[in-house]
Amino acid sequence: MAGLTKQGVAGFLAKQGILVAFVVFMIVFTLANPRFIDIDNISGVVRSSAILGVMALGVTFVVIGGNLDLSVGSMMSFSTIVVLDLHDKIGPALAIPAMFALTLCLGAFIGILVGYLKLNSLIVTLGMLSAIHGLTLTWSGGKNMDIADKEGTWFAVFGQGSILGIPTPILLFALVAAVLGIVLSKTPFGRKIYAVGGNGTAATFSGVPRARVVFLTYLVSSLCVAIAGLMQASRSLGSQNTVGQGMELEVLAAVILGGASLLGGSGTIFKTVIGVLILGFIQNGLLLVGLPFYVQYVVTWVIIILAVWLDIAAKRGRLLSPIA
Amino acid sequence: MSTSVTPVLRLDGIVKTFPGVKALDGVSLTVMPGEVHALMGENGAGKSTLMKVLGGIFAPNEGQIFIADEPVQMTSPLQAKSKGVVFIHQELSLADELSVAENIFLGELPRKSLGRVDWLTLYDRTDRILKTLNVGFNARTRVGDLSIANQQMVEIARALTVDPIAVIFDEPTASLTDAEKSVLFDVIADLKGRGVGIIYISHRMEEIFKITDRISVLRDGQYRGTLDTAHTNEDEVTQLMIGRSLDLSRKASSHEVGEIALEARNLSCGSLYQDVSFTVRRGEVVGFYGLVGAGRTEIAETIFGLREPSGGEILLDGQTVQFRSPIDAIARGISLVPEDRKGQGLVLGMNCRDNMTLPQVGDLVAGPFVSDGAEIAIFDQYRDKLDIRTPGWRQTVGNLSGGNQQKIVIGKWLSMHPSVLIVDEPTRGIDVGSKAEIHNLIRDLAAQGYAVVVISSEMPEVLHVSDRIVAMYQGRIICDFTAETVTEDNLIQAISGIDPRKVA
Amino acid sequence: MTKETLFKQGAIWAFIAVELAFFTIAGDFLSTSDKSFMDFDNMLLLLKQSAPIGIIAVGMTIIMINGNIDLSVGAVFALAAVVMLDSMTWPFMAALGDWAIPLAWLFALTTGMVLGAINGFIVWKTGVDAFIVTLGSMLGYRGLVFMYNGEQPTSHLNWTLVDFAEAQFLGLHTATWFFLVCVLVLWLVMTRTVHGRNAYAIGNNREAAVNAGIKVGPHILLNFVIIGFLAALSAVVFYSESGSVNPNDGMLYELWAITAVVLGGTKLMGGYGSIISTLGGVIAIQLLRKGLGHIGADTETVNLVIGLILIAVLILDRQLNQKGKQELRT
Repeated sequence: MAGLTKQGVAGFLAKQGILVAFVVFMIVFTLANPRFIDIDNISGVVRSSAILGVMALGVTFVVIGGNLDLSVGSMMSFSTIVVLDLHDKIGPALAIPAMFALTLCLGAFIGILVGYLKLNSLIVTLGMLSAIHGLTLTWSGGKNMDIADKEGTWFAVFGQGSILGIPTPILLFALVAAVLGIVLSKTPFGRKIYAVGGNGTAATFSGVPRARVVFLTYLVSSLCVAIAGLMQASRSLGSQNTVGQGMELEVLAAVILGGASLLGGSGTIFKTVIGVLILGFIQNGLLLVGLPFYVQYVVTWVIIILAVWLDIAAKRGRLLSPIA
Repeated sequence: MSTSVTPVLRLDGIVKTFPGVKALDGVSLTVMPGEVHALMGENGAGKSTLMKVLGGIFAPNEGQIFIADEPVQMTSPLQAKSKGVVFIHQELSLADELSVAENIFLGELPRKSLGRVDWLTLYDRTDRILKTLNVGFNARTRVGDLSIANQQMVEIARALTVDPIAVIFDEPTASLTDAEKSVLFDVIADLKGRGVGIIYISHRMEEIFKITDRISVLRDGQYRGTLDTAHTNEDEVTQLMIGRSLDLSRKASSHEVGEIALEARNLSCGSLYQDVSFTVRRGEVVGFYGLVGAGRTEIAETIFGLREPSGGEILLDGQTVQFRSPIDAIARGISLVPEDRKGQGLVLGMNCRDNMTLPQVGDLVAGPFVSDGAEIAIFDQYRDKLDIRTPGWRQTVGNLSGGNQQKIVIGKWLSMHPSVLIVDEPTRGIDVGSKAEIHNLIRDLAAQGYAVVVISSEMPEVLHVSDRIVAMYQGRIICDFTAETVTEDNLIQAISGIDPRKVA
Repeated sequence: MTKETLFKQGAIWAFIAVELAFFTIAGDFLSTSDKSFMDFDNMLLLLKQSAPIGIIAVGMTIIMINGNIDLSVGAVFALAAVVMLDSMTWPFMAALGDWAIPLAWLFALTTGMVLGAINGFIVWKTGVDAFIVTLGSMLGYRGLVFMYNGEQPTSHLNWTLVDFAEAQFLGLHTATWFFLVCVLVLWLVMTRTVHGRNAYAIGNNREAAVNAGIKVGPHILLNFVIIGFLAALSAVVFYSESGSVNPNDGMLYELWAITAVVLGGTKLMGGYGSIISTLGGVIAIQLLRKGLGHIGADTETVNLVIGLILIAVLILDRQLNQKGKQELRT
């Protein structure tokens, strides 16, 4: 009996450990500073995590499908610059769909390379990181991009507005998470992503169109990047060419923290949201107890390693690796 | 054989059990110095388990291993090697980007000061070993540039870096040409001359009778006896391997066979197989029998749209078909239960239900969503029909036993209501009880009008389930038999490349 | 050596030759400057500018040959630089005069080795994939850089040091010497030593290596110590001259280094690659940078071109390695 319970607890921890860690973490920080749990503070954290969060949702699809996407940071810079530039040239109503179309083209290009041509996703997206960065600089001529009339545009609504008192970025993040969460867990497409990432050969042997599924995961990822770029552009109404630089690895950190295996086939949208929020709340919590922002980097490091290590240790049944 | 000579190797009363299976039941084996000792038995008889016990990969539950009459505990192949017992495996374990010399001395490169490799010594020692093997490549050749046969030679050379007292060859000739075989046999003769004891595992009677001194036979994990090669014949060995008890003469099916469902005409796929023609009728089980690498699996993969044929045609219900992917093949009612259950058949991390419904998940929808009810209904139906033992559909497939995993794969394809079902090695790695169930299932499916192809390396299995048997050897169909006319001897000849009708 | 391996190892040098020819000829038509592209001083400068990324790329090559990856090199680079420059301002160091310089270097290099060892040890003992371990420490080490000196740049200008860094010996700059010596030493290590050959074996066929009794863990650890050392050495070379480091310096260096290594033909899966080819990869990228500038293209297009070339190399590699129509369609 005792053994069973113990196993149950271990099993629960192995499966939901990240959620438990999250709750413990929230309690500790609330005790340290009660303002932490304040609704305004929470809303602030979610809001500032929303851009990273939306990108992480898309990357979750790619990672579950068994691949990586290192290009989302520079792709987000591209979306932001493009939509800001087109805003003054063709108006926001046309700029937004144009930017979405261009970003999706980039995603489709990566999807063809990784899905249909079966190239290594790490190197392809590394190359695209560089190439898209170049594309952005070429588009902007290397200059910062600003909207001329910052007061008179409705474009700010996606980054700064609110609906029924809830900030738009939070709404967008929640909406994208809900839609993608349902797609992943309830539709045939979602099921096929898990199959392709879990065992691509077996998926092929079961008549799952592996190439098309991988292609679509990159399309989803680029769609999320476009939404994130829209939010970023709308929030600042002006941007540097490097606004998304380095985010690809932070995004990946959030996804891994959520428990998705880089080998593919595991992870959920819900867990990625938790991963994103943990990163956001670590940053916020450490600031609130008076530590500078960069302490979060070190804490994140420790948490990522511990999370993945314990996950692996639970699966192999021993703490240390058997490597000689 | 004089009793005063100490055996180089003695296995005494080895018992090894796995959950639910007694893989080895008190097996004993004695190898004398300078003896080539054949170890024979059907697939699953326990040969590889016995060798894994000898190599220290499995610890025996009972029994003792003696090297030169000293009791030893084997803990790893490396430790076995240090005691002079070396293995030459069928699967190659080489670093193909490195040179021949580096592979031969992998893990024990000779050193100079500053951790430098002593290349002179390395090449010198390698050349000396290669000279005894009489091979056509040198110490500096990159292993990846060698033919499979020469890579096999590198594996053999590796065994000679120590002064071995016993060498175990596991199906060493599976990928060798006749010329290469004779080189290998020279090596074995040389070792033999040096007083090394040799265990030689093979299915090929011809070789066994050519080079071995004694033959020990395993069946169902039990030791069945040892014969002096000079005083026995193929029949006697075969009988020991197969046993008298098994009913070998399969009766013809009681039901009517129907129209031709699947036909291959002069089908070829590059070097994998050539000019293959056969038919499969509804209500009929056609067995494909041959050694590993004879091209059987590749034919199945071609029919299933996984390979592009280089010639010939495939006909389904009399119509020529061309499949660009398994999706096309599935749409036309073909199903394949693949050879590698874990690598090709299942997504081990997914649950039972999701695995079973994977090929049709796109159709089991209510609106845009997967219909839970429809999925569970299918799962329940085939769980009951196939008697799959699992706590529930949520169970991760990786946690099931091999037999239940295989039934999930079979259920997956039966639920697609195929017209042609191809089953590749249906009972590999499955316990005896489940084996019988799966065999009965295959017979039942034929009785229900399915056209079934069974690919197997196990003769009893092929004999037991098939109405007709196609024998293959090195990418070609040698001949086919009906259940009434087949004999084990003929089958064994056919898969060694001899057409028994022509011999007779 | 077969034709195939010759082709593979020669590809990057052929590419460099094409670049040189292209930029020289195109430069004649397009360049606004009178100087020829193949100008000797220009080429020397090119080598010097390749050095910081180049030294890191050498380390990345051995890590990748071993079957791992290191994403934290940029942060190690920054932290080593901070330690070097800051340590020279410590009172006891200031009292040592110019003798503080070798000591400061030692501190920086030790920092690099310790950070590398931490990565290697975690990879070895936890069994977590190196990609994740170093993704984490990329953040963590960067955090340490910030914790050291906040968001302020760390500066210390020592003229002896600057003179040393700007010196030329036999026509080559100090940085170039460091780079070339690293290439030579690591090339010897990977081709001549037991450690190097075992590192190849582990990356090529880990199971075979384990079965042959090679101790995989210590080799992994040693390689991470070496890349930590090299990332720090790169910082030493670069910041001896510049004398000031921002906490964000070295960001994305990991990606540039990996790009150079892959361009040189080293396989991501391990077991195959060479230090010399990485030298080619580094030079090819730097040539592209300078060349595009020379013919008057926007410097912005460099990233675009490098990215597309990387992908083109991958496609080409796949085409060459395809086994033909008999391959299983999976």
